[in-house]
Amino acid sequence: MKGKAILLYGVIFLAVAVAMPWIGPESLQLSEITHFVQDGTSADAAIFWYQRVPRVLLALLAGGTLAVVGASFQVLFRNPLVEPYTIGMSGGAALGAFLAISVPALWINWGPFSTIQLLAMTGASASLALIYYLARRPQGMSVYTLLLAGVTISIICGGTILFLSYLASPHVLVLYHRWMMGGIDVVGFRDLYALGPLLIPGLFLLFYHSQDLNHISLGEEVAMGHGVDTKRVNRDIFVGGGLSTAAVVSFVGPIGFVGLIVPHAVRRMSGYDQRTVLPCSFLLGGAALALCDAIARTILSPTELPVGIITAIIGGPLFIRLLISRRWR
Amino acid sequence: MLELIDIQHKFPDSDWSLYVPSLNLSCGELLCIIGPNGSGKSTLLRIAAGVLAPVQGRVRMKRQDLSRLNRRAIARQLGYLPQETASLYDFTVEEIVRMGRYPHTTGIGSLGSSDLDVIRQSLQLTEMDALAKRPLSRLSGGERKRAFLASVLSQKPQILLLDEPTEALDIHHQVQFFRILHDLAKDGLAIAVATHEINLASLFSSTLLVLSQGEIVESGPPDKVLTPSTIQTVYGETVLMGRHPQTNRPTLFPKATPENNK
Repeated sequence: MKGKAILLYGVIFLAVAVAMPWIGPESLQLSEITHFVQDGTSADAAIFWYQRVPRVLLALLAGGTLAVVGASFQVLFRNPLVEPYTIGMSGGAALGAFLAISVPALWINWGPFSTIQLLAMTGASASLALIYYLARRPQGMSVYTLLLAGVTISIICGGTILFLSYLASPHVLVLYHRWMMGGIDVVGFRDLYALGPLLIPGLFLLFYHSQDLNHISLGEEVAMGHGVDTKRVNRDIFVGGGLSTAAVVSFVGPIGFVGLIVPHAVRRMSGYDQRTVLPCSFLLGGAALALCDAIARTILSPTELPVGIITAIIGGPLFIRLLISRRWR
Repeated sequence: MLELIDIQHKFPDSDWSLYVPSLNLSCGELLCIIGPNGSGKSTLLRIAAGVLAPVQGRVRMKRQDLSRLNRRAIARQLGYLPQETASLYDFTVEEIVRMGRYPHTTGIGSLGSSDLDVIRQSLQLTEMDALAKRPLSRLSGGERKRAFLASVLSQKPQILLLDEPTEALDIHHQVQFFRILHDLAKDGLAIAVATHEINLASLFSSTLLVLSQGEIVESGPPDKVLTPSTIQTVYGETVLMGRHPQTNRPTLFPKATPENNK
């Protein structure tokens, strides 16, 4: 059953990964693309290798990460409605992005990062650190304070953005608004490498503690009785999920619903063992976002729709369906 | 096996405090802790299990300070079952019991054949083998308790600390539960149980400990400890005492109201 679930989601993931680069406003010729490997000059090949492939890869990675963080946080906070952005990371990221858009003096390019990415990441990491500081207790982190601090920081960042946007020019507002809708705009592989420093350690921590989370879902004291160092696991899951979310949100903006729904959908088939839920969530989350992004870039062709709109429009009703079927926990 | 030395604990913003100068739990002992609600039974067990760090004092397991050992090392020798066991997800009984093997595994926790043997034994001992594939949501309260006991037993601990394990169990399973504990103690385990079942505690325990307002009032064999006057002072309830027909252990009866006396 568990092996079957991973296999099924793996096949979906691969199918999406192979098929999605072919979908877009321009239709591509297979012969032109393979041709490129030999001499390196053709419009089709350039679109395929420098736009479509990196974009699909980023969607797979971002969607997968959001789903994995969602699946872990739902256990950590013992709350089925938590998604990666619940703990206020997107608020900090949004504030950073807003500053990057509205204050030209801040425009810098450092390494592979753009200004927006850099400041969004800084904002997300700063709110992560602040929440962690607020929720620290001598006997370990308080999960409830984490949640409350996260929500509060979101509100504070939102308020600050409202204030700044009141002063800002309409042009800035349009750009910011567009950023908030989330979008996977990527050219070349640079952005994919840039994700690495935060994403790799983040995901590693989440997968490393997947078994421990099973025990924590039985209650913290039962987990401790079984031999789980809950203090450390709670901290690592929070930091790991936070780093991963900071990486994703600064590159693709706040894309909602993937991190909320995918884990619920996965658990219905894979059971509740986090060791199965996490890989399945990654595979299905990646496939779902890549699929949504393919819709986003074709539905209003030749213009593109921000993918965040698609995930919300498709995700909302899907979640209601899960709610109605009552087995969503 | 397990020593509590000079334990003092206070919760912030509360007058209540626990004071246990010294308590020993040795191999083959079945220690039952009784006392009214809020007397500190759970807190005492949580401190003994190392789940709660006391404000003052030390807990030593086999002459090692509990606070110096990591959780996994503790769990290999000490099983602790808290009063509340609310699972977020609808695991099956078998999955819960398998989780008890955690301290003995490494990596992603794959189980070998010896682990599976232990799991089967724990399921049999708690009479849960027939329900192994059932999800928690389809168990009764008592069956849930037994599933979690099986999970703790599959840790193969030498020390067992149980917090009101027979709450919500019917009389057969309550008695069964204490019989299991009695047998485990005979096999050399050191067991401490917090319970409200005074008569069962009297019948099966080797030591009875009476806790009231965070302090040990009496401690010793049930014969010595269990007297109507102790119960009167601790619980504020006048009771009559008889003897168990087979074992002669003290047994309590509630006092009847006059109109029932006819």
